[in-house]
Amino acid sequence: MLFLPELTLLAAGLLFFLLSLGHPGGTTVKNMAVLLASMTLITSLICLNQKGDLFYGAFRVDLFSQVFKALIAAATLIVLLFDSGRTGIKKDSRPEYYLFLFTSNLGLMMLVSSVELLAIFIALELSSFAVYIMVPMRDASSGTFFQMEAGIKYLLFGVMATGFMLFGMSYMFGLTGSTHLAVIAEKLPQLWAQPTAVIAMLMILAGFFYKLALFPFHFWVPDVYEGAANETTAFIAAVPKLAAVALLIRLIALVSNEGQVMLNLLMVSAILSMFYGNLSALVQKDLKRMLGFSGIAHAGFVLLGLLTFQLTGYATAFYYIVGYVLMNLACFLVICSVSVDGKNLRIDDLSGLHKRAPLLALTLTIGLFSLAGIPPFVGFAGKFMLLVGVLKQDHLLLVILAAINTAIAIYYYLSVVRVTFCSEPVSHEPIRVNSLTNIASFALILLIIVMGIYPPPFLDFAGTTLKSIM
Amino acid sequence: MDQLVYNQGFPLLSVLIFLPLAGSLVLFFVRHASFARYWALAVTSIVALLSLALLFGFDRGTADFQFAEYHPWINSLNIAYVVGIDGISILLILLTTLIMPFCVLASWTYIKTRVPAFMICLLIMETAMIGVFAALDFVLFYILWEAMLIPMYLLIGIWGGPRKIYASVKFFLYTLAGSILLLVAIIWLYKTNNYSFFIPDMMWKGYSFTAQILLFIAFFLAFAIKVPMFPFHTWLPAAHVEAPTAGSVILASILLKMGTYGFLRFALPITPEATTLLMPYVLWLSIAGIIYGGLTALAQEDMKKLIAYSSVGHMGFVTLGIFVMNIQGIEGAILQMINHGITTGALFLCVGMIYERTHSRDLRSATGIGQYMPVFVTFVGFFSLSAFAFPGTNSFVGEFLILAGTFKYSIPLALAAIPGAVLAAAYMLRMLQKIIWGGTDNPDQSLLTDLNAREIVTLAPFLFFVFWIGLGAQPFIELMHTSVAHLLQQFQTYQQAIATTGLML
Repeated sequence: MLFLPELTLLAAGLLFFLLSLGHPGGTTVKNMAVLLASMTLITSLICLNQKGDLFYGAFRVDLFSQVFKALIAAATLIVLLFDSGRTGIKKDSRPEYYLFLFTSNLGLMMLVSSVELLAIFIALELSSFAVYIMVPMRDASSGTFFQMEAGIKYLLFGVMATGFMLFGMSYMFGLTGSTHLAVIAEKLPQLWAQPTAVIAMLMILAGFFYKLALFPFHFWVPDVYEGAANETTAFIAAVPKLAAVALLIRLIALVSNEGQVMLNLLMVSAILSMFYGNLSALVQKDLKRMLGFSGIAHAGFVLLGLLTFQLTGYATAFYYIVGYVLMNLACFLVICSVSVDGKNLRIDDLSGLHKRAPLLALTLTIGLFSLAGIPPFVGFAGKFMLLVGVLKQDHLLLVILAAINTAIAIYYYLSVVRVTFCSEPVSHEPIRVNSLTNIASFALILLIIVMGIYPPPFLDFAGTTLKSIM
Repeated sequence: MDQLVYNQGFPLLSVLIFLPLAGSLVLFFVRHASFARYWALAVTSIVALLSLALLFGFDRGTADFQFAEYHPWINSLNIAYVVGIDGISILLILLTTLIMPFCVLASWTYIKTRVPAFMICLLIMETAMIGVFAALDFVLFYILWEAMLIPMYLLIGIWGGPRKIYASVKFFLYTLAGSILLLVAIIWLYKTNNYSFFIPDMMWKGYSFTAQILLFIAFFLAFAIKVPMFPFHTWLPAAHVEAPTAGSVILASILLKMGTYGFLRFALPITPEATTLLMPYVLWLSIAGIIYGGLTALAQEDMKKLIAYSSVGHMGFVTLGIFVMNIQGIEGAILQMINHGITTGALFLCVGMIYERTHSRDLRSATGIGQYMPVFVTFVGFFSLSAFAFPGTNSFVGEFLILAGTFKYSIPLALAAIPGAVLAAAYMLRMLQKIIWGGTDNPDQSLLTDLNAREIVTLAPFLFFVFWIGLGAQPFIELMHTSVAHLLQQFQTYQQAIATTGLML
């Protein structure tokens, strides 16, 4: 029972493996994937209140991990609901694609439950390697070939970051004599005087900085976002980030207030992520690439919540990453629906979208305004509470720099909205989407607005969840 | 929270704020053009009628916030939904609610495409605007202040003129960039004031001098761009020219007032010391705006641009009145905010009516229409007289009070403002002369039809207020007097307290 969501995913993966041996039709595979993702969501919701330890204490099931598992399952389901007709994955390798998608999901779910360094490492690798393979599986018949380059870059950078992490873990083991986070948390406060402890912690964090695309581990983002198929990018942009934040919260909670050096480093990383992401996004022509850079900036914002080293700060970071996933999914829903034959979407391709598909235009607009941090959407509520939390810790300069970044970011989000609403469409052909996609866009819009207008229940929930691990 | 006079029974302010929003939800489901028009008219009219109840229930003898409502919202951060009005905001709320039905009427035939969406934007705007003037929680204020940009951006960007993209983006970026530092200021005030976002709690607190200067700069950037004060005015002509008529009216009549309202509500009471120090600079910027707006208006060939630049001049008078810090000045400034809303709003409606007939805002293509549209030019004539503060019209009272206040503060400053009043007469008469008579080379205007009943109904109430305020401004001044006097008295007490501590040191 404790392991049920993971078992469901494992079964799903095996099922797709069997399917890949035959020649199943495209819709069968797709429907199967949606069905299995829903089952995963249901099982993870059933297991929400489970508590317990598995595998000699390396794997902990608590409210925190179960909530993140449910979120991961829900986000995956939404990605799978995106319109199936125009998928950008090679026809003959679709069962394999879903096999890897569910394997990656399995890795991420195990990751949020891992409380032991080696378990963390194995779970992270499981989830990463599956995604490394998913990236080059893009359909090349439409004449785009940079998916190979993207896949290799993703792999090399990923392996490098993991190398850092493993190296840091070895230091940590040498310092504390244990790989269990609980033991490390006990011993770490006495060790901060040693630079080795700081370096070890930083190197471990590097692995998650890479997953979350934080400066200076952000280099893979633009190329992978651009090179991968739209659905794959939607998955990469949303699901692994949830797990990365979950683990960052677990790890940074270890640091607590002691590490002034850590604080400074996190601050620098946050600020540089924001500036690098926002300034680079200003000049992008490709929508996915732009969202990639904006993702780097948003990761910087999430870090603002973590570097307060307060429960409320972690809760806000949690709230913010969930909001970020929602608004990102809203944008990618539109990208996947508008794109023809799974090609990449230039910003100009959105011209006059409001005439071709009003609901999609509304979804995109709300998603982008929310990413830009304009009230009354979830992006504003999250940013606002993050800034309040940071100023409570007296980091006035950090708040000002973050606020300036919000102003910079408006420009590129707005230029997409401008094209959507104010330009004449190139073709007047209406865009047809199936009803599942419509339901998904309604749900996303509603969640973005409700979470933005009335955050207390969500924050309280995040707070209770976090208390289970503090 | 002792500055609040709680509202017992019917939650009038909340109904005013949320009724338009609720009305807009209906239009998401019923997407029929003519239903949307009647529905929006009905909703805005009901809000306008309900808002009159504020007038009857308003206690003119207290400076506290009346009709107050308090509901906790985000407890963990101590953010609440607090609304209430005093003498400074009541007139602005009434102006908003009363002008909105006419914006709907003015868009009746002007907007032909995507009518339900247009009406949704108008109704959401109304919610945000009333909310901004009523909000007493700084986060609530900021959320509405920013959220308003989205419908306004869409109003200009979708239904605007040929250069709508440039105008709407400029409007959005300018206003948003200006208010970013306001957000930092809000959070700083929250932390300093024992974690409270309640606006009256932040006033007259004696923050350190450096903090006040920095706060004032944050406030000034946000509000001066919204007013707009010279040299932050460049977004205004672009936005006005490209916006549809209703958008121009909302911009001129209500949105610009939010800047000056912000100065009165936040800058003066929260940063009194910084205000005293920076007052002369703001005053001379106002003078620069008055003269610059007047001279630029004189040279315009586009009627909307002309009125837009005249707005820069008129709003210069308003900021002048606010920052001379005496009772005539501030009362004149508030009255002038209302007057400008009425007069400029009406002038934009008039230009919209010509535009619907000639499809041009060019002054040359509208020359000599007096012969064929007598009713129309009568209206334009009176509104133009009001725009350059002709005695007997509303603006005269406002400008007179402001100039009286300025003379009390400093004679050179007042003398510098006088040419502005003359310039106003020059550019308005120039426009009037061309529209009514023109010259020998008038285009053929004989095909033009005079105003229809709907258009007369749209303009008549504006004319009524032009003369009511012009001939009997006392009831309006009474509404605001207690609040303004209270504000000034607090300001002086604060100054004296500073002076005594200074002496003791």
